[in-house]
Amino acid sequence: MTDFNDYKSLSGPQFVRLAETDRECLSFQLNGKSVQALKGDTVLTAILMNQSCLRKTEMQGMPRAGFCLMGACQDCWVTLASGQRLRACTSFIAPDMHITTFPGDPL
Amino acid sequence: MSETLNRETFKPVIVGAGPAGVRAAQTLVRFGLRPVVIDESSIWGGQIYRQQPLIFKRSSKELYGFESGRADSVHQAMADILNQIDYHPDTLVWNAQDHELDTIHDGQTSTTPYSHLIVATGATDRVLPFAGWTLPGVYTLGGAQVCLKFQGCAIGKRVVFMGTGPLLYLVAYQYARAGAQVLAVLDTSSLSDQVAATPRMIAQPGLLAKGIYYVAWLRTHGVPVHRSIQPVAAKGESHVTSVVWRDKRGEHTLECDAIGFGYALRSETQLADIVGAKFEFDPAQRAFLPVRDESGRSSIPGVYIAGDGGGIMGADASELAGELAAFALIADIDIQLLSPTDLQHIQTLKSRLTTSSKFRVGLDRAFPFPENWADNIQDDVIICRCEEITAGEIRHAVTELCALELNRVKALTRVGMGRCQSRMCGVAAAEIVAECAAIDIKEVGRLRGQAPIKPIPFITEPETLSVHKQGER
Repeated sequence: MTDFNDYKSLSGPQFVRLAETDRECLSFQLNGKSVQALKGDTVLTAILMNQSCLRKTEMQGMPRAGFCLMGACQDCWVTLASGQRLRACTSFIAPDMHITTFPGDPL
Repeated sequence: MSETLNRETFKPVIVGAGPAGVRAAQTLVRFGLRPVVIDESSIWGGQIYRQQPLIFKRSSKELYGFESGRADSVHQAMADILNQIDYHPDTLVWNAQDHELDTIHDGQTSTTPYSHLIVATGATDRVLPFAGWTLPGVYTLGGAQVCLKFQGCAIGKRVVFMGTGPLLYLVAYQYARAGAQVLAVLDTSSLSDQVAATPRMIAQPGLLAKGIYYVAWLRTHGVPVHRSIQPVAAKGESHVTSVVWRDKRGEHTLECDAIGFGYALRSETQLADIVGAKFEFDPAQRAFLPVRDESGRSSIPGVYIAGDGGGIMGADASELAGELAAFALIADIDIQLLSPTDLQHIQTLKSRLTTSSKFRVGLDRAFPFPENWADNIQDDVIICRCEEITAGEIRHAVTELCALELNRVKALTRVGMGRCQSRMCGVAAAEIVAECAAIDIKEVGRLRGQAPIKPIPFITEPETLSVHKQGER
């Protein structure tokens, strides 16, 4: 069984850009690393353009990457370094946002 | 309309700014009322006519295809009345009490009183799990569509679409047109279902033609369409790497890195439930739905239900239903406010809605709910993705703990108790209980709606939180 605690082993990206690619670039922190996104990306898109997974489940530690993308399933809540939690599919990425997809792991 | 209504006396609130909510607001404004429109999205349009972020540049033709005229019309209708309504985007209604809605916006809670309430809360995908459906890379069909429409992205490089319903072919078509690699469309319905449904769908030849067009387009562009299939599994460890399905020729595997799936739509009925509307089982939709008359009146005086939120009717019908609910609201204030022209128009709306519901019967026949779904689900398949509850745990509650009613099963297993409040697993859990107990799906009952309707952050303004009176509900 794969060790999902090692987020670095998770390949990516999951999403593929098909349109609207000439937007302004911005960088944000993902698990301690500076990565790129485009202005107008949701937090979910920004993360899944860099890796294939958003979070681990609380009970079994299984990887998840959102599901409904419309604010219904609640499977894409992520944590900012500040401790604030946000729903990734309905929040927009902002420069210098610091997101930890696996809170508790050493950065 | 004979006179302008007193805006101080009447404070109608509309929840939802999709096709139904927008048409309802537009109609109330025409009668001089100033409705409050509360919507969870940052901009109006609902899911079907969801608008892309302002800095995106695609045309509405690119975004909505054949529906661009309707989408533009709904968007414009709302733009035209913005200064005549109180519009609250990015705002969640998380609870309702007697003539009050509890809302949260940007971490701040507040209370919105209403004299009349129009519930236009829309729908989400109807989900029936299969092994591996919680893996990264597996999304709902609606989610796959949002990804493209709202973000200009595909859910993966090599995508398979699976399940059934009109959205299955529409999303596959939209993806392929946008340049995504669509490996296959896997439909649980049979071609004979679709042929048998055609006479009923003639009621709306335009919509029927579009459906046929999508399938033909996919075929001519080399996208394989397989019918009468049964999903078996999404395989992979850290994310999906293949899909397995079964048909009468045997089991098939296709390597892919994304799956979009769903079985038509289910209504978002939580708010209607919390305000106390009466529900009844609807055999066609295989779900308990709030009772509404042909104009959208619920069992609660002053509460109306419009669009997909009270039963799946589709975007075009939702516009009609939104308008009708607003007319019903005006009529309930004072029937004299309606002119003979209004009354005639109401009759037209009702007859168009009847035509549309005939087409809907055809759609349900063309893409039938797979009623034997639960028979084929192994015990180790996760049903509740929030709480990670398996089919076996639900069956255990039925056979060993004698729970035959869905709320009892929830209490014993935590199925449907997680963050999504059963939006994703409720349909499937009910099907498994019915199958396991060998009882009719109707006898399983329905999960009661509970506040908060969706999760609310811990960090809220305490002084406004106290507005919520404890112990009332």
